[in-house]
Amino acid sequence: MPDPLFVFIAALTLGACCLLVASRNPVTSAMGMILALVGIAAEFFLLDAYFLGVLQVLVYAGAVMVLFLFIIMLLDVQPPGGAYPWKRALAGGAAFLLLSAAAFALLAPEGSLAKAAGPTPPELAANPESYATAAKAFGRSLYTKYMLPLQMAGLLLLLALVGVVTLAKAPKSAD
Amino acid sequence: MEALLLDLLRSPELPYVAARGLVLIGAVMTIAGYSVLLERKASAWIQGRVGPNRTTTPFLAWIPLLGSFLRLGGFIQPAADGGKFLFKEDPIPAHVNKPYYVLAPVIALAPALAVLAMIPLSALPDGTPLALCPGADVGVLLMFAVSSLGVYGIALGGWASNSKFPFLGAVRGSAQLISYELAMGLSVLPVFLLTSAPGVDDGLNLATIVAGQEGMWNIVRQPLAALVFLVCIFAETNRHPFDMPESETDLVGGFHTEYGAFKFGLFFVAEYGHMVIGSSLFILMFLGGWQLPFVETAAWGALGTVAGLAIFGAKLAAFLFFFVWVRWTIPRFRYDQVMRLGWNVLLPLAVANLVLTFLVLAVAG
Amino acid sequence: MESTTLAHHLLLAALVFCAGLTGVLVRRNLLVTYMCLELMLAATMLALVAFSRFNGTMDGAVLVFFVITVAAAEVAVGLALIVALFRRTGAVGSDRLDSLADR
Repeated sequence: MPDPLFVFIAALTLGACCLLVASRNPVTSAMGMILALVGIAAEFFLLDAYFLGVLQVLVYAGAVMVLFLFIIMLLDVQPPGGAYPWKRALAGGAAFLLLSAAAFALLAPEGSLAKAAGPTPPELAANPESYATAAKAFGRSLYTKYMLPLQMAGLLLLLALVGVVTLAKAPKSAD
Repeated sequence: MEALLLDLLRSPELPYVAARGLVLIGAVMTIAGYSVLLERKASAWIQGRVGPNRTTTPFLAWIPLLGSFLRLGGFIQPAADGGKFLFKEDPIPAHVNKPYYVLAPVIALAPALAVLAMIPLSALPDGTPLALCPGADVGVLLMFAVSSLGVYGIALGGWASNSKFPFLGAVRGSAQLISYELAMGLSVLPVFLLTSAPGVDDGLNLATIVAGQEGMWNIVRQPLAALVFLVCIFAETNRHPFDMPESETDLVGGFHTEYGAFKFGLFFVAEYGHMVIGSSLFILMFLGGWQLPFVETAAWGALGTVAGLAIFGAKLAAFLFFFVWVRWTIPRFRYDQVMRLGWNVLLPLAVANLVLTFLVLAVAG
Repeated sequence: MESTTLAHHLLLAALVFCAGLTGVLVRRNLLVTYMCLELMLAATMLALVAFSRFNGTMDGAVLVFFVITVAAAEVAVGLALIVALFRRTGAVGSDRLDSLADR
């Protein structure tokens, strides 16, 4: 049996995902997304990846989703009128069930992957060298082994910045 | 006695956790109430008025000297305000989006409460920080992350009100908060750089940062970072001169125009909670936390813990007064000025300061 | 007592991924579609961290760091595109983007 905290967080995350996918109101979708992201951040905490969990909340829930909400409010996206599209929702639900059944068959706790699960958390706690939880360990790998990707990530952010400024500028000849 | 106190602080058992939660909520409500009193009294003082001096209760008022002192000082006013918020009629306007309208004040308050639990207030005799819920080694980042969730309260509150002025306030507020978060994050990086010297673990832990200021406070070592961070916490708490989301002159009441009674009270408490968070972060990162210069409180044992608590409390009160002082001194900015200040002044300043610190550390260290 | 295994975490990641995929398939509001895409990314992040944790290496966790960075950049550009699209067509529905359709 998994840890009850894990079960609770997993249920919360999946419920939030359903809210995101099934709601017609974009603001409700955004709220579901925020809840799902916070749930995944909590999962990171359960996996001892504290730094990543904090980063997830800081970047995703704290900045990216504010941007989403801001755009939804700014464009004043209204939920579409008319009846709820039950046919499409049913098709979506069926697709989800099919996909998750496949995932379950692959990963069920008695399945093939569970047997090769590697060390469990208590075993790892005895050897914290390999999977360090501290923010410092991230710094060390980022600036040694992953130096080039780090530089590329910086360049990518700069490119995105320039691109967004170019895109967001109102075209001069509009109207 | 001592064992009980330590259990109260550390034990993961449910009753103890519940007790900690109650202590937190009680403390936050009290601090928020008395911050309001401070605000009213200080603004009255600045404007040459008297401020609240009428509220009193039976029995207390009959005590000869103390009674009139409590009445004239307005010390019972927060209780009266709180009671009023609680017992007023709480109508829900017909045009609002009901679930989000009800949810927004809660979303505004919850992150503030969570972060307040993580603030270390003093050092215990064994050197560990005294906090209701001490953070992991990423303490400061966690506080930034969680407190940044408070923006959803403003955004949802304004949006769910379904009326023009609150909506404008919400849009302004969310844009302002994400803009200043950037400058705020960058401005404190030099502090982490100074703290995380080689050989120091837990460089992101507030207790480590406080310990690193033993010889000299960070405000002396990093004056520019302190200035940028100070301006940013004013913007992040929506206080004057940055109170764009609720600027009364052009937006009636801003994002909480449609709110009343208890829900408005929750928004109010959240704002003061964020003020306390901002002040505490500034005190812990730049003003030496619970230390005083030339005084070794760490060597006094349990007395040192109490002394640290008192020092922190005094600094916090002084800082809250500073918030009020600024409010009644500097006029409100225009919205475009706020955005320009954030992006064109504070952000470049923070980056320049960071690069400068890099260079100094590379040459000197 | 048996604790949470790798398979549990992977299962959760897979379910979240499937939910996101379903959303991308059925939703027509571009903003929601985009959020579902982000959800799929988040699910893969969860799987990466879980693998990293149970194999006792740092690499997966560092990769997640980069995924978060790239996703942030991607969201900024994507939202700017959606806003530009809204300016041009006045709608954010993917079913309304049919100006290239042959009819």
